[in-house]
Amino acid sequence: MNHLIPPSIQPYVFSVLYGIVIVALLPLLAGYIVLVERKVMADMQARLGPMRVGPHGLLQPIADALKLLIKEDIVPEKADRFLFWWAPVLSVTMALLAYAAIPFGPVFQIADLNVGLLFILAISSMGIYGIVLGGWASNSHYSLLGALRSAAQLVSYETAAGLGLVSALMLAGSLSMKEIVQAQYDQGVWFAFVVPVGFFIYFVGSIAETNRAPFDLPEAESELVAGYMTEYSGFRWALYFLGEYANMVVVGSIATTLFLGGWLRPFARNHDLLWGTSIELLDIVPALLFLGVAAYSFWTARRQPVQIQKLVMVAVGALCVVLAAVMTAALFASPAVMQGIHGAFWFLAKVFGYIYVFLWVRFTFPRYRFDQLMRLGWHFLIPLALVNVIVVGVTIVLQQNWEWRHPMLAAVATTVIMLGVAAFLAQEEKQHQESMPAAER
Amino acid sequence: MSDARAYGNSNVDTTVLGADEIILNMGPQHPSTHGVLRVKLKLDGERVVDSECIIGYLHRGVEKIAEHRSYQQFAPYVDRMDYVAAVSNGLGYCEAVEKLLGTEAPPRARVVRTILTELQRIASHLLWLGTHALDIGALTPVFYCFREREEILKIYEKYCGARLTTHAFRIGGLQYETYDGFEHDVKRFCEDFDKKIDEYETLLTENRIWVGRTKGIGILSAEDAIALGVTGPVLRASGMKWDIRKAMPYAAYDQYEFEIPTRPTGDTYDRYLVRMEEMRQSRRICLQAIENIPSGPIMARIGKVLKPPPGEVYHAIEAPKGELGYYVVSDGTTQPYRVRVRPPSFINLQAFDKMARGSLVADVVAIIGTIDIVLGEVDR
Repeated sequence: MNHLIPPSIQPYVFSVLYGIVIVALLPLLAGYIVLVERKVMADMQARLGPMRVGPHGLLQPIADALKLLIKEDIVPEKADRFLFWWAPVLSVTMALLAYAAIPFGPVFQIADLNVGLLFILAISSMGIYGIVLGGWASNSHYSLLGALRSAAQLVSYETAAGLGLVSALMLAGSLSMKEIVQAQYDQGVWFAFVVPVGFFIYFVGSIAETNRAPFDLPEAESELVAGYMTEYSGFRWALYFLGEYANMVVVGSIATTLFLGGWLRPFARNHDLLWGTSIELLDIVPALLFLGVAAYSFWTARRQPVQIQKLVMVAVGALCVVLAAVMTAALFASPAVMQGIHGAFWFLAKVFGYIYVFLWVRFTFPRYRFDQLMRLGWHFLIPLALVNVIVVGVTIVLQQNWEWRHPMLAAVATTVIMLGVAAFLAQEEKQHQESMPAAER
Repeated sequence: MSDARAYGNSNVDTTVLGADEIILNMGPQHPSTHGVLRVKLKLDGERVVDSECIIGYLHRGVEKIAEHRSYQQFAPYVDRMDYVAAVSNGLGYCEAVEKLLGTEAPPRARVVRTILTELQRIASHLLWLGTHALDIGALTPVFYCFREREEILKIYEKYCGARLTTHAFRIGGLQYETYDGFEHDVKRFCEDFDKKIDEYETLLTENRIWVGRTKGIGILSAEDAIALGVTGPVLRASGMKWDIRKAMPYAAYDQYEFEIPTRPTGDTYDRYLVRMEEMRQSRRICLQAIENIPSGPIMARIGKVLKPPPGEVYHAIEAPKGELGYYVVSDGTTQPYRVRVRPPSFINLQAFDKMARGSLVADVVAIIGTIDIVLGEVDR
């Protein structure tokens, strides 16, 4: 096929193709993350969640998107029309742009930048402008308060999250997303296990960055109605929503790449073979998982009350069978194709696992108050992250000089020290609170 | 922050640096004002400098309606004041009219009334807990609370057919005998409920964020509470051991053992703890009462047409939200000359400004939640 494409544009063909796939699939993905969120929420809250549109609410996101598309687009009379129109677009564009450097697998990446991580961080911070400008342009008090909160919050938590990432960067020794994953393969361990403190800091910071509970102050439903989105309706509102969920996938991808081994499957260096073949034992796990889901879908299809729901359930099962077939077929294809497909599977599985924890946290904890949020960021997370960077740096140097080759040794040492520091900071914080007069707490 | 405290205590000119105060209208349509309460907040940044509650959006003239209805006809109306604790409203009204008539409900009726009212207290507190937690941002407790509240509403439904505005009691006693299995249902609920309260407490009581959001927020001292006429759990959390069930026992409360929980500081966290403990105590009362419901008639002999002798009476009960009083004046006809209700929500809401001044916007919703108001009762 290569000879059909002029050599001058050859390097761009696949990038553009991937770009189109991502832009086309992401809204759907975001919609289904919302469905997953509602289902997980329902499960934790002893209820069923969406059940009406399609079996188990499987068509709900499509209905929602359709509804939002045909809703009236209201612009407040005294709003700044230009900014009001463009702010959500900015928000969602920046979220989508960040996908350019994310490796969904060893092959499936739009651009392997040598400063990939910096690019993603820079682009995703641009997304704040969408929120701040939208809140300001609405000309409403609730929106303004939400926008200001979000500006302050994102600035402080990006610092903490960025410092959390530095510890993993030092271990990898590169900013290219691909090389970071490769470093985890070479060292034989995911960095989350080597620098758990850094991972934790990034986790907390990323919740705050994506405006998720317990740090969802910019939208704080019970206080600011909907924060910066109060005046938005219809599809502009949906764009903000899309931006938020796209951002969740971005931070999940960063965490997966830096701390959870990216597209590597668990036990990536275990090469035990399935008897009598050249297929690695662990590579059949994805296919088995899909077959399991398919079996469940076919089994429940019989019990759906309406014909159309039966059909949808069968379709879901069939889709899973197809995916299982793809997974199996990939095993017999060339190594590049096989790694591309399986890498994407493991990558997305990890991202969804990360997002699941986001949801779990959201439904468990109450919301921080603004001053408490800033205090947690500046008085706890940032100092902890700074000390973490130093401790990890010293450990790496010691390892190199004294030939402590076992990586987990570093993990144990840093974690013990960091837990001590965390306890110290928490104690400080407690004393600070007690020394304050009650009215100011 | 010290500046901000000064704003709370005196009228410091906050415009010296050119910083404008924002007037923020919270409500009457806002997710956390618990109905159609409108709060006008004067904000300096996010700090509340001044606040004003504007009420009346749900005014239905309940007291005026009473003057044109017979005593029995008016009874269902009182259910629509504090609609999340309709049974307690009904009890207060029925007992006030009974006092005016000079009769008393028979012992069996009084015990059943006590059980149903205590269940209502639990239901009301559950609703408070769920919505209060929701206001502070905990999304899950509300569903657990509704799950348990549903069990109570089912008992009401089985007893009198209605779930919310029950009209469960009649002047002079009860209209309906308890249904078969009433004791079993109440007992099973109470036995399960203890574990459920523990479940809520594991989610909230020790939670750092919850403690941070409620401790030291909306402090109301005992003096202020008394001066403002605040009653119920809000008063008890300020350290005053005042409960009409003990002070002036009505229904059958003098027969049962229970404690009045109090807390010293009067902040939002204390009010939370007091209400949690009250649910446990209510459960205790129900368990005691269900063991021994006396047999006998359920209705006093009062006749079909009620004509109380001319006179006036004030009767107060400890509703879930505080002292619920009925002042009924009779001119000797079949219709009351005047009914005046002392609603706990309305009077407790007066403390709002005292609690909210100097706090942040986020605290305002916590404070509205902690007072536990029902707008139907505030506006009547």
